[in-house]
Amino acid sequence: MTITANDLSKEFIRQGKGTNRFVAVKPTDIAIEQGKLTLLMGRSGSGKSTLLNMLAGLLAPTSGNVMYGDSDIYTLDDDKLSEFRMEHIGVIPQGQTVVGSLTVLENICLSYLIHGTADDHAAAHTYARELMERFGIAELENELPSALSGGELRRMAIARAMIRKPDVIFADEPTCDLDDENTELVLNILKNTAAGGTAVFMVTHEKDAVGYADIRYSMNAGEIGRR
Amino acid sequence: MKLTGSLSFRNVKGRPARSLALMILTAIMAASIVAGTITVTSLKTGLGALEARLGADIMVVPASAASKKDLENIVLQGSMGYFYMDRSYYDKVAAREGIEKISAQLFLASASAVCCSGPLRVSGSAREAEFTVAAWIRKSAGGELGLLDVVVGNDLSVFVGDTITFYNVKCNVVAKLDKTGTDLDTAVYTNTDTIKKLIASSLELGMNDFKGIDPDKVVSCILIKVADDHPVDEVLNDLNLHVRRTKSFKTKDMISGVSDSLIGVSGIIGVLMCAVWVLGLVILFLAFTLSVNERKKEFAVLRIAGASRRKISRTVVSEALIITLTGGIAGIVAGLLIMLPFNGLIEESMGLPFLLPQAWVIAVLCAGAAVVSAAAGAVASAYSARRISRLDAGLILRGDN
Repeated sequence: MTITANDLSKEFIRQGKGTNRFVAVKPTDIAIEQGKLTLLMGRSGSGKSTLLNMLAGLLAPTSGNVMYGDSDIYTLDDDKLSEFRMEHIGVIPQGQTVVGSLTVLENICLSYLIHGTADDHAAAHTYARELMERFGIAELENELPSALSGGELRRMAIARAMIRKPDVIFADEPTCDLDDENTELVLNILKNTAAGGTAVFMVTHEKDAVGYADIRYSMNAGEIGRR
Repeated sequence: MKLTGSLSFRNVKGRPARSLALMILTAIMAASIVAGTITVTSLKTGLGALEARLGADIMVVPASAASKKDLENIVLQGSMGYFYMDRSYYDKVAAREGIEKISAQLFLASASAVCCSGPLRVSGSAREAEFTVAAWIRKSAGGELGLLDVVVGNDLSVFVGDTITFYNVKCNVVAKLDKTGTDLDTAVYTNTDTIKKLIASSLELGMNDFKGIDPDKVVSCILIKVADDHPVDEVLNDLNLHVRRTKSFKTKDMISGVSDSLIGVSGIIGVLMCAVWVLGLVILFLAFTLSVNERKKEFAVLRIAGASRRKISRTVVSEALIITLTGGIAGIVAGLLIMLPFNGLIEESMGLPFLLPQAWVIAVLCAGAAVVSAAAGAVASAYSARRISRLDAGLILRGDN
């Protein structure tokens, strides 16, 4: 599935005195390719995460569209967009994002808890255990997230994003606040995932990530450019 | 496993201190509904029973005994006044105009019975007393009170067909009165011949409980039902003017005082209930708002995983429902545990007729309290649910909200 954004922009209205409009992402065209790890780099506040969220169907743009194949996802109603996101898009958010009352295994299978039959759950558990094994967190499946380290939580988030075998994975600063060993581990996982045919779009300011990318973009003050 | 129910349940369980505190709060709110409403309803039912059993329009007592407090106690609480007047007053009163029915009663101090003890009320016959007790006779063997026949109050643990023994004399229980919520529930009615027999037997046993009281010569009070074609006030004035050394009063005048007290007590209970609920709803609202606010990222994760706005909203509301319904049910049980076993104490402390409503009324009240408790959760969490479901996950993850 080809993922393209055309003339995509986002403005925010700031609360307070003076200028109250802030353009986070200037009109942007971008395509994300299957089987490639696309890297978007830039300083904090340059608009990288905003662009990622718009591409992932999590933040409605001010203008432009995001096409998944022939579908403009922002023309879908919320129920349909949620379902589409669940089936086709995996997101690894920035920071520690977990449902604290669920175990690691349940967190990974979260989308099946939202929509899924008993048969789905059984298959999801099998695949989740496979992912956990691959990411080195197999022994943690019944732990609550509060018992995990930062690196383990990040690997859990990657597994959660991959559980439905999505067409595209969006990773927002997946290595921030990780040590070198975990950074390398996470980057390798994403690289291998892309090599397996999934489109991976990663936002980072980690310079070490450059060596893992197939396609590189940079962003500055809301404007994107290919590197 | 569906997310909404399961995740909400896990969230409630995963935050035990917060959940327990909110459940206790809801329990207090529900208990206030149950206890408050049962109290008000019991007072109303008690007043209703009081009105229903006021077969007599006018009561005549000796002038010397008629302090207002005594009279109120006799009418409202079914208490006995141990005062007596000559039986000739019965004939004097009966001779006045406008009197449809008349019955004399003799109050005797507590008589010892094998099964129980209770005050005795003596009526000439069942027919005479019929208009004063018929309204609340629950079970009756029928016919007139014969020698050694008695009618017993509802709290006495004997039933129609049983016998009850006073001073070695076995009496037959021929009727049992409905519950009145007053001292009448422990009273025993019988006729003059029976009481003479009991007094004689007590004297034979060397007990001087009733020495000097001759049921043929004295009465404690005279109860009158006024004829339809005569105004009660007119008959009352006539009796007060012409039957000397007695005091006549309208029984319904006493009820108006109870009605006023009931309105006052109901008002206070209503205000307290409102205060508890307003405060409780504010606390619930703040607690749910804060809780949802501190878990915004968690809800963003649900959105990422495919939960729609509607599903997020349902998750928040069902979490609130689990807490308030559980707390509500606990509160209902607590309310019943306070009201049912201790209603006698409550009655005594309030000094008003107090009659618990029927079981089905209490069941409906409990169901209502459960629904209202659940609704409190839904209302208090509605704002948070709406707010969190409307936020863009992307903005939450950026930390802008």
